[in-house]
Amino acid sequence: MTGFGSFALRRLVGAVVTLFAISVIIYVVFYATPGNVAQITCGPRCSPAQVHQVAQQLRLDDPLWSRYWHFLEGIVVGQDYSTGTSVAHCSAPCLGLSYQTGQQVTQIILTKLPVSLSLVAGAMVIWLVLGVGTGVLSAWRRGRPTERALTAVTLAGLSTPVFVIGLVLMIVVCGQLQLLPFPQYVALTDDPEQWAWNLLLPWLSLALVEAAVFTRLTRASMLETLAEDHIRTFRAYGVGERSIVGRHALRGALAPVIALNANDVGSAVGGAVLTETLFGLPGIGQELVHAVSVVDLPVVVGMVLVIGFCVVIANAVADVLYAVADRRVVLV
Amino acid sequence: MSLVEVTGLTVGFGSLKAVDGLSFRLERGGALALVGESGSGKSTVASALLGLHRGTGARVGGSVLVAGTDVERATDEELRRLRGGTAAMVFQDPLSALDPYYAIGDQIAEVHRVHHRVSRRAARARAVEVLDRVGIPDARRRARSRPHEFSGGMRQRALIAMALACEPQLLIADEPTTALDVTVQAQILDLLHTLREETGMGLLLVTHDVGVAAESVDEVLVMRHGRAVEHGPVGTVLGAPRAAYTRELLGAVPRVDAPRAVPGQAGDEIVLEATGLRREFGRGKRRFAAVDDVSLTVRRGETLGIVGESGSGKTTLGRMLVGLLAPTQGAVRHDGRPHTGVNPAVQMVFQDPVSSLNPRRSVGESIADPLRARGERDEARIRGRVRELLERVGLEGAHYDRYPHEFSGGQRQRVGIARALAADPRVIVCDEPVSALDVTTQAQVVALLGELQRELGLALVFVAHDLAVVRQVSDRVAVMRRGRIVEEGPADEVYESPKDPYTEQLLAAVPALDPQAAARRRTARRELAA
Repeated sequence: MTGFGSFALRRLVGAVVTLFAISVIIYVVFYATPGNVAQITCGPRCSPAQVHQVAQQLRLDDPLWSRYWHFLEGIVVGQDYSTGTSVAHCSAPCLGLSYQTGQQVTQIILTKLPVSLSLVAGAMVIWLVLGVGTGVLSAWRRGRPTERALTAVTLAGLSTPVFVIGLVLMIVVCGQLQLLPFPQYVALTDDPEQWAWNLLLPWLSLALVEAAVFTRLTRASMLETLAEDHIRTFRAYGVGERSIVGRHALRGALAPVIALNANDVGSAVGGAVLTETLFGLPGIGQELVHAVSVVDLPVVVGMVLVIGFCVVIANAVADVLYAVADRRVVLV
Repeated sequence: MSLVEVTGLTVGFGSLKAVDGLSFRLERGGALALVGESGSGKSTVASALLGLHRGTGARVGGSVLVAGTDVERATDEELRRLRGGTAAMVFQDPLSALDPYYAIGDQIAEVHRVHHRVSRRAARARAVEVLDRVGIPDARRRARSRPHEFSGGMRQRALIAMALACEPQLLIADEPTTALDVTVQAQILDLLHTLREETGMGLLLVTHDVGVAAESVDEVLVMRHGRAVEHGPVGTVLGAPRAAYTRELLGAVPRVDAPRAVPGQAGDEIVLEATGLRREFGRGKRRFAAVDDVSLTVRRGETLGIVGESGSGKTTLGRMLVGLLAPTQGAVRHDGRPHTGVNPAVQMVFQDPVSSLNPRRSVGESIADPLRARGERDEARIRGRVRELLERVGLEGAHYDRYPHEFSGGQRQRVGIARALAADPRVIVCDEPVSALDVTTQAQVVALLGELQRELGLALVFVAHDLAVVRQVSDRVAVMRRGRIVEEGPADEVYESPKDPYTEQLLAAVPALDPQAAARRRTARRELAA
């Protein structure tokens, strides 16, 4: 598999370049942002002297290139920093310290990322099974009552905001029926069963809206494939509808589904803010929104890089899946 | 009991009656061709034999009996057994008729298993067996290939293998050779013939090409507007047709053995000259020369035919002559002057009259484009000239404001010719100008081109794959293969006494209209192969 090796290498180099570009852009944007970062970080009651000290400590007065260089240096060799009384070391790859809490950004990522990944991975399984399943069903039963009902439900799903679904789920399942306790994040490594039970509602609320998108896409894509000539060939040879729909048409209809899924998984890692907030899940999205609001540059850079990395990986996986699904595709 | 018994069949789609009261019989082991132009309803009949109209909203009347099964009244289960098991269909376009995602052997095995209770393993073995039977080399290995790894001719063979795998009593072949090169077409028709001799299955051949029918069947049914025009033994229908339409149809079929009716009047002036033309495509390892060291001259008032199979580089050459494509090496000279980029004096007529006209602009505007491009701004003069051109190509001046979809294929190609004429060219390069048209329309467009040539002293370069059409229009012919001209000379010489073995091979593959001649040529081909 030399082809696969060179493909992986290319993608890896591509990812590094992309992430590098992202970090430059964020640094420039933050540098150009108006407002006194030191004052915000120190708090409203700080004296000018204290603000000045914070600015110095955070190197806010240094020129842009010098701060960026310092950032790169941290990634490659790590950096030492003062905790007030002693000197601590943040080992490479060090993404710096939070302006707000002084915590290492890598540590923050390590605590937040599992939460976001748990949320997205579970939700993805649900939206794929539900979305592709109903999509296939409504293409198969086109024009019949089943399809009309499915269309109505999915359109309703499409037009309902995530937080409405989430709230309703929580009120009904946890409040009225008391089937589940109000969700509280439990790490997978601590207790897999509790992890799943607690994430069930977040998964559902994130997946239901997404599933509607996949239903529509799968349906349209299936209808297109079902109209193709090779489907007619198998019909003319008496091959059953089940095999035609499930074997021949579905395989042909998968390409756009794979593409959209890569996109959605990548962006949901950092973009499921509403779901995270609603269910009190301490994930990447929530952290990012908070960091932006307090101009916590190192945290913002860290979170965005994580999100960027997830998007790149998700797309690379999608390309591999394309090539598996369709032998005509050559990985480059 | 006949193999096929169709009585009073009608098929309607919406307000359109595609088939209107058609009746015919096909005895066991017999071979019948449904011949007709596009829209005659012949493919609709083929689909009706397998009940493929069920569930599509088409209205089907009359009765269709295939090996005793009433197709219209059969249950879904009976219909499934009929499809493939009793009657198997070989579809027209081998490019799209196979599933691109699965191995060819697996697809054949799947179909086989629908009709025979055998293990997957046995079905795969059967697939290899039939692939081998239809002449796929190294069938065991090639059975694992995906369709895109097969050439057009091999895909067509694979489709025939799929039909064979089910051991049907009737083979329905819907334009089985239309997308193929003439030499490959001959191979496929020979294959069908041999298989029929061996298995004794019946053949229902659907084709627009009278020559293909002459090669393959015992009986012909000529269709027009969904009705039977003439029905009888192939020798009688093609040799002594009774119906006026059959005579018209046969008259329009270009003959490879008849010289150009009205020869062009070649002047001494060389209007177009190409020397050492080479064009490469691709990069690195995939680099290849589509056209390689081609030199030719075209004189005023003559037609140079360029004939070749797909991939021979004829279209690339045509585009370089017009200046749409820059040669990698070599030069095109026009009237003795070097010629780079497009030039109003050298115009082009394209293959597909549907996609070469902008559907969102009126045909008048399309024809006016070359005029405007030359700087004409006076609207009245433009309109006047376009009307003149429309009338010149046999349309009406009032058609100026109509859109391409309002015209038939032949009329659209006339619009394309008018557009080429608008620039007052001295040379027109026609790239497969009639290959998308029915034979009767084809004949009209070819006649129009000849007329224009005589009147305006035009030089024509006629690029086509159809040897008969090229003979009909050309004074000189160049035969292309793999980017090179293998033979060039006066048309009569090239066709009567070809010097290059490839030209000979091409000519031997052209279907003959006379069934007896066709049989003789088939034997000759077999001997040539053996």
